[in-house]
Amino acid sequence: MKDKLLVTSSPQFHHPQSTASIMWTVSLCLLPAGVWGIYIFGMRALLVTLTAIVASVGTEALLGLINKDKTIFDGSAFLTGLLIGYNMPPAVPLYVIVFASVFAITVAKWTFGGLGANWMNPALAGRVFVFFSWTSGMTRWTLPHPGSADVITGPTPLGSIKSGLMTMADTITGPMDLLAAEGVPVSYMDLFLGRIPGSIGEVSALLLILGGLFLLIRKIANWEIVASYLGSFVLLVWVFGGFRYGQGLFSGDVLFQLFSGGLMLGVFFMATDMVTSPLTSKGMLVYGVGCGFMTYLLRFFGSVPEGVSLAIIFMNIFVPLINRAFQPDKFGKLIEEEAK
Amino acid sequence: MSRFKTFPKGGIHPTDYKEATCNKEVQNASLTSTAIIPLSQHIGAPSECLVQKGDLVEEEQIIGKSGGFVSANIHSPVPGEVLEIKKIFLPNGMAVDAVVIEVKGEFKRLGKDADLRDWSGMSNEEISAKIAEMGIVGQGGATFPTHVKLSLPKGKSCETFIINAVECEPYLTSDHRIMLEKGSEVLEGIQIMQRLLSPLKTVIGIEANKMDAVELLQSLITEKGLDIEVMPLEVKYPQGAEKNLIKAITGREVPSGKLPLEVGVINANVGTCLSVYEALVLDKPVIERVVTVSGGAIKNPSNLKARIGTSFRSLIDDCGGFSEEPVKIIAGGPMMGFAVYDLDTPVTKGTSGILALTSKEIKAAKPTPCLSCGRCVSSCPMGLNPTKIFKYIDFNMTEEALEAGLMDCVECGSCSYMCPAHIPLVQGFRGGKKIIRKKSMKKAGQ
Ligand code: SF4
Ligand code: SF4
Repeated sequence: MKDKLLVTSSPQFHHPQSTASIMWTVSLCLLPAGVWGIYIFGMRALLVTLTAIVASVGTEALLGLINKDKTIFDGSAFLTGLLIGYNMPPAVPLYVIVFASVFAITVAKWTFGGLGANWMNPALAGRVFVFFSWTSGMTRWTLPHPGSADVITGPTPLGSIKSGLMTMADTITGPMDLLAAEGVPVSYMDLFLGRIPGSIGEVSALLLILGGLFLLIRKIANWEIVASYLGSFVLLVWVFGGFRYGQGLFSGDVLFQLFSGGLMLGVFFMATDMVTSPLTSKGMLVYGVGCGFMTYLLRFFGSVPEGVSLAIIFMNIFVPLINRAFQPDKFGKLIEEEAK
Repeated sequence: MSRFKTFPKGGIHPTDYKEATCNKEVQNASLTSTAIIPLSQHIGAPSECLVQKGDLVEEEQIIGKSGGFVSANIHSPVPGEVLEIKKIFLPNGMAVDAVVIEVKGEFKRLGKDADLRDWSGMSNEEISAKIAEMGIVGQGGATFPTHVKLSLPKGKSCETFIINAVECEPYLTSDHRIMLEKGSEVLEGIQIMQRLLSPLKTVIGIEANKMDAVELLQSLITEKGLDIEVMPLEVKYPQGAEKNLIKAITGREVPSGKLPLEVGVINANVGTCLSVYEALVLDKPVIERVVTVSGGAIKNPSNLKARIGTSFRSLIDDCGGFSEEPVKIIAGGPMMGFAVYDLDTPVTKGTSGILALTSKEIKAAKPTPCLSCGRCVSSCPMGLNPTKIFKYIDFNMTEEALEAGLMDCVECGSCSYMCPAHIPLVQGFRGGKKIIRKKSMKKAGQ
């Protein structure tokens, strides 16, 4: 028995979660939204997602051979692949996905030292890289066509507004009007459920929120980030969002902004990425507010319709700075200050 | 939110597994045929050995004399013959001398009525001397000699006397059982110490998962008209850590590197109160203690009253042995206890528990790189940044690690417990502290 007993330093037991269990739980929580994407965009969406996963895990495995380190079972490469797939339009050429995955794993993750050492979310880095390299492929959107094989392309709601704003008539008071005038009317319910064109995994706000809530309960996603991101974004849209339609303060269409584009996917699954978000509660709040602010700026004033990915990457850059600025308060500090 | 007080910063909620033993009355462990009694069962200088091979000793005879100011007497828990004096390893890795005694002859107290003494006529010096003579040490795990703790330095006074009945380590229920079964004795022990300290306030801090003990002690206190407050606290680990308990009860923070007396606090563990009672009222030294024997691999988890020097093996046998193969045997609780590899390890004054854990319970996993998840930061009760300190130590940047508060780490294990990457943070901190101590010793030597 002697040699079989483990002798380790305390603590002698451990919280049930591990790196791998966290990565697989996040992947699982993402699954319903992807199934929905495949349902409304067809088998092509499945092919895109699988390509991204195979390319990411494959790259990780190859790099693992060089480093003699088997890391594919920690689930992080799978999750990166899944997220890349979810961030792709269903009609994107497959080689674009492969590029995005290889870039994500090799450049954004491994050159910085692998899991934990990367400063930006690999999936987002991959997406942004291919977005600027193959913009046309990355902006060819498929209209929802559950059950039918005919693929028709059309713009996303956010895209329609961006272009529609140029030629807008005076009677338009908000994005929903504008979409109707553009000939692509949607209801809030369409946005919420995901009956709109968009990236495969981003369209179903409902399923993403459900998955996200599960992560919050499991404390895998930090409420600080989710709350401050959503809170600051909603506030900015509500207060200033009406201006572009000639309305006054406090008239922005919050629901439209919340449920269109990749916001829910970004808020719950990418801004909360542990590796690339701050360490302390206070730091997370600041980071979340930053993400919300940047998303607002990019969506309302940027040249591309969507701003979530760039906003998060932008804030990723500041994480080391935020970590330095918001250290935890040491025990006993209270007294030391009193004494001074 | 709980309606009870607690310390505000950090802390975790590990599964507590206490239901296995918390309702089981304390049983007497079987007597061993040989007792192995380490001569260092406390913090401070080892005791001086007073016996030789071949000596006959009586039960309760002093076999180790306090070896300095911070040290404690050690008594023979059994009557018998000294077989040998040998080096053994304690669970914490220290090599110490131990007296091996083969049981022979008569036990003093077995089957006799206790003869109760009245301590009210004794002077404070006499009480203090008795506590020192009887070899009482803190029984919560820190094993600091009690008589040293109770002697206030000149010019200092004790405002709040805190009884630590938190027992925040998972699995352990020995303090809980002591309060339920020996409530009056514990209270009398507290009264004895109140005499020495004359505190303005005496508070028993108990976590709210032991409300039966809270109620029992409360009713005993009311009945006897004692000046003791029972304070239920929110369940949170490591509430039993000295500084955190003081924060929870008084709201004051003991500054870094200082003793509780800095904020007018002295604290004592429940088991220690019982020992003080036994020393003064029964004239009995510390020769036994209550040990929780539990864990998923133990057939019949129990609380056992065991003589010091009894082997872990014998106590585990008393509990019906193993129900399945354990992967770890632990002396103490799972958060701060030590893993042992040798079932012949003896019970000492500080052994609060013996746990045999299965692989399902320990949830070991291979370490992965740090995910910067911040869980170690948010769980640290001392407000440290464990991942940062760990990296400093890893890169041999001891100055920076010191600056970041390494010495404030109480090794509670909260950070390592939570770390999803399974990084052995606490182990790193222990190593770091050792290096720093060595360095400062070298400096002092030059
Ligand atoms: S072991 Fe040290 S660093 Fe870790 S949580 Fe406890 S006090 Fe903080
Ligand atoms: S808990 Fe572990 S993985 Fe998370 S920040 Fe701390 S050291 Fe890194």
